[in-house]
Amino acid sequence: MSELVATRQAFGEALFDLMKENERVVALTADLGESLRLLDIREQMPERFFDVGVAEANMAGMAAGFALGGYVPFAGTFGVFMTRAFDHIRLQVGQNDLHAVLVGSHGGVSNALDGGSAHALEDIAYMRALPNMTIVYPADAAAMRLAVPAVAIAEGPVYLRLYREPTPQISSAFEIGKAYVVREGSDITLIGTGPHVAFALEAAEKLAAENIRAEVLSVQTIAPLNVETIVASAAKTGRVVTAEDHSINGGLGSAVAEALSEHHPVPLRRVGVRQFGESGKYAELIAKLGIDAEGIARAARELLNK
Amino acid sequence: MKSQDLAEKVIQLRREVIDALYAAQSGHPGSALSTMEMLVALYYGEILKYDPQRPDWEDRDYFLLSNGHACPALYVVLAEAGYFDAAELQKLRQLGAGAQGHPHRGSLPGVEISSGSLGQGLSVGLGLAHALKLQGRKNHVYVMMSDGEQEEGSTWEAVMYAGKSGLDNLTAIIDKNQFQIDGATADVMPSLDPLAEKYRAFNWEVQEIDGHNFSEILPALEQVTRPLAIISHTIRGKGVSFMEGSTHWHAGAISAEQYETAKNELA
Repeated sequence: MSELVATRQAFGEALFDLMKENERVVALTADLGESLRLLDIREQMPERFFDVGVAEANMAGMAAGFALGGYVPFAGTFGVFMTRAFDHIRLQVGQNDLHAVLVGSHGGVSNALDGGSAHALEDIAYMRALPNMTIVYPADAAAMRLAVPAVAIAEGPVYLRLYREPTPQISSAFEIGKAYVVREGSDITLIGTGPHVAFALEAAEKLAAENIRAEVLSVQTIAPLNVETIVASAAKTGRVVTAEDHSINGGLGSAVAEALSEHHPVPLRRVGVRQFGESGKYAELIAKLGIDAEGIARAARELLNK
Repeated sequence: MKSQDLAEKVIQLRREVIDALYAAQSGHPGSALSTMEMLVALYYGEILKYDPQRPDWEDRDYFLLSNGHACPALYVVLAEAGYFDAAELQKLRQLGAGAQGHPHRGSLPGVEISSGSLGQGLSVGLGLAHALKLQGRKNHVYVMMSDGEQEEGSTWEAVMYAGKSGLDNLTAIIDKNQFQIDGATADVMPSLDPLAEKYRAFNWEVQEIDGHNFSEILPALEQVTRPLAIISHTIRGKGVSFMEGSTHWHAGAISAEQYETAKNELA
């Protein structure tokens, strides 16, 4: 867990490699080519790079048009601004059931210093409300490099979430729709998504020092959710903590709560954001919000003492 | 088809629009009637390349109806062209019908995209036109919008981008029937005008025509140039006296008496 890498960096590199290989892939952005690490694509494949300016709705509608015309569009902006495109996403990508990849970067509070207006805390919630949206949130750079070509050959609408802050690398595997047990344990299950898989592993280390054996699950596809793996772990440990950089309403925690309520109810704690964001250094901000490794460990201890 | 025959086709299809809307007891006659000449010109005036037997034919031209509420007009035109059985029109807005209240991609052959939330179709048309160009294909993309739709901010995102794109395989048609739900566009949003100047300022070629006159419609549709906007001046509810220019006929149920009147006037 030594090296820190941002998944957005791996995204730009992986998309560049994919577009070199596959001429049917195009990149669109709403004036965030630099932030999404797309400038090499702009430089070397300008005929397949489309910068629409600060106009997210048009970007999403154009992505639907590219899909209609036989291309696989990757259309990216900050996750927080995907909200502005949601009307077009819902109807032109969602209801039309087109294969377009919407890329929301700077997930959660990972654009920490920019403050609340830059924090994407609702994107997973509204994407989950669409019945055919696949939601992918890779845990680290290794997973992102596998996820980009995987979502390019998936079916239907895809939302791919990136993270701005460099985070610990855990040599993650990735397959759409598959949750992974990344650490075995018997006392409690910690379920992370995105870079919070690494934070959940860090929390498990802390708990191990207190003789608590935590199992850790990596959920990198939030929809469709791998219910079987989650239920199996919950049945084994009897307690679950979810961890994510997103609102506690509608994200991974909600998805897991719904699945467990229907299939195998167990005591649950959701670690996530419960307020609008604010400016601060990343490490300080996630500590204050209670979504760092210590916050996850704290939720686990609370649940075990109950 | 000759202009005289096109004009007869328009009357026939307006009758069918009224039939479908009367059967549904719900829907939007105003725009379905105002857009009819334009649709007939596209599908019967040798403008669109299409094959009803092969709705996914890759060399077809694309017609995207962005002002989805006008869909009864599109449905009767597609049925007449042979995309599906005309019996479908009598099921308009019923549960399980292909003829959904607003266009729903996949529900009927020939319906290219879903619409109904205004201000989306032009963006889709831009992506599609780019995709066709990238493949070196000759297909043309036509996007129809309403005038009220010009009030959506996202319409202007697309209009601005089109000016940058220089795409010459895209034609936007604005059905300027002067009305929206809450009344005349001149009252609800007077600063919508002048519209042509706005498009020109964003680097479009603009042509203003009488949208009920084939001698103006057909030459406009035949043009191939940088993004072309055809501002089609029309009358809401055209052909039915009590609907023409009425503030009440954006949407509504047609009574038995009104149905008789409308059918007589469209004879």
